Amino acid sequence: MNRLISILFFLFLFTGSIQAFSQEQTAIPKADSLTGNAVGTKSEGGKKFNAGDLIFEHVVDNHEWHIVEIGNVEITIPLPVILLYKGDIFCFSSHRFHNETHSYEGFRLEQAGANKGKIIALEASGNPVQGSKVYDFSITKTVLAIFISAALLIWIFVSVANRYKSNRNKAPKGLQSLLEPLIIFVRDDIAKSSIGEKKYEKFMPFLLTIFFFIFFNNLFGLIPFFPGGANVTGNIAVTLVLAVFTFLITTISGNKHYWIDVINTPGVPWWLKFPIPLMPIVEIIGLITKPFVLMVRLFANITAGHIIALGFVSLIFIFGAISAALGLGVSVVSVIFMVFMDLLELLVGFIQAYVFTLLSALYFGLATVEPEHH
Amino acid sequence: MELITPGLGLLFWMTLVFLLLLFILGKFAWKPILHMLKERETSIHEALNTANKAREEMKQLQFSNEQLLQEAKNERDVLLNEARKVRDKLLEEARVKAGEEASRIIEGAKASIQNEKMAAMTDLKNQIAESSLTLAKFILQRELSDPKKQEEYAQELLKEIKFN
Repeated sequence: MNRLISILFFLFLFTGSIQAFSQEQTAIPKADSLTGNAVGTKSEGGKKFNAGDLIFEHVVDNHEWHIVEIGNVEITIPLPVILLYKGDIFCFSSHRFHNETHSYEGFRLEQAGANKGKIIALEASGNPVQGSKVYDFSITKTVLAIFISAALLIWIFVSVANRYKSNRNKAPKGLQSLLEPLIIFVRDDIAKSSIGEKKYEKFMPFLLTIFFFIFFNNLFGLIPFFPGGANVTGNIAVTLVLAVFTFLITTISGNKHYWIDVINTPGVPWWLKFPIPLMPIVEIIGLITKPFVLMVRLFANITAGHIIALGFVSLIFIFGAISAALGLGVSVVSVIFMVFMDLLELLVGFIQAYVFTLLSALYFGLATVEPEHH
Repeated sequence: MELITPGLGLLFWMTLVFLLLLFILGKFAWKPILHMLKERETSIHEALNTANKAREEMKQLQFSNEQLLQEAKNERDVLLNEARKVRDKLLEEARVKAGEEASRIIEGAKASIQNEKMAAMTDLKNQIAESSLTLAKFILQRELSDPKKQEEYAQELLKEIKFN
């Protein structure tokens, strides 16, 4: 019953987020034109405020970690750039790109166009090299955030594990008692109920790891300044890797019964399987769509949350550019909405971690279920 | 870096970090935590079971104690009853015996009184006879000093003897 409610709630959030996402997409150009006109009359501002750019710069990955901008001084953490180009490895700090041409040692950080934010190779003349690709293994903002959260997770859980060892068979204390209900929740309500009493233990490390990785990063994304604020679980590469792990584990642990169900689905009329194997094709597509949906759901939910929060911030500046009083008035409303959104995101952060873990567990359960004896 | 195209570097780092995280947490965190949780659950379960069993035993013990006590009480009552009966019987017997003894003693006393009386009577008779003989002797001595009176007396005695 509880699960049903949370799934329904999640569906509501998911559809809601998607709508908000698309609205935001269409709203941005309007805002641009608005601010463009407004700021254009003011010469002192120098840079024009562009809500779309601001939001996208935050939501997507970046080669440096932007902290704050005071006047014209930007405070950023430069991150290492690691490039693999024509068999050679290039390592340098990203602050080397802080020059007029945004280029260094034959590479340029594109500032506009289709490759915006990517690093491309330049010829001696300064034109982009055609054909050969630069492989970018830089420690970007998201990568650094992953490192930080991984280190934090290891520190927290290894110390909790040590507490379990030293506090053997006693009531939990401190951090241990905060995390124990979550661990037991993942074990009893996710793993045991979806996979079954006999086989759940094998999947527990993975389920606990993805649950806490997603949950921690969701919460970290809500903190607006370093070391939080990176859009880790709202990055498609991150969710892709998580979903691929789920897919691989499902595929590897699939038993005979599972593959028979995929290839020769019982209870389906024979003409759906022969001569055109329609049903097997649908089933095999289904194998791929399951993790694909996992990937998109997490990515879209978290990204949408970030976009909405930033949208409210941008509103203050858009209206502030028209008139200071208007900006002040809007800021009250924006702050109220942002607090509301942040509270909602706390909930979404947990629900998304729960849903991702639950669905992974369900797929593992489907892959390992024993055939029923009739 | 676009929103919906995963970057190669990020994929690489994420996979690497996630695998490491999975390995490290799996070995140093999840395994001991899950193990300890299970161990604690079983120990709590066992402790509860033992407590239940102990309580059951206590109840049993208490019950048997009570039973024992009840039995003891019953036995005591029986003993007391018996003792009382014995006492009553003894008393009765004693009373009967005492009565018998008393009556026997009284009988004895009566008999001896009779005997004594008889003896005393005999004694008295003897004494009376003796004193009467003495008296008679004195009287006869005085009376028979005169031969006429002797005759008279002898005649009288003879008469008396005839009548007797």
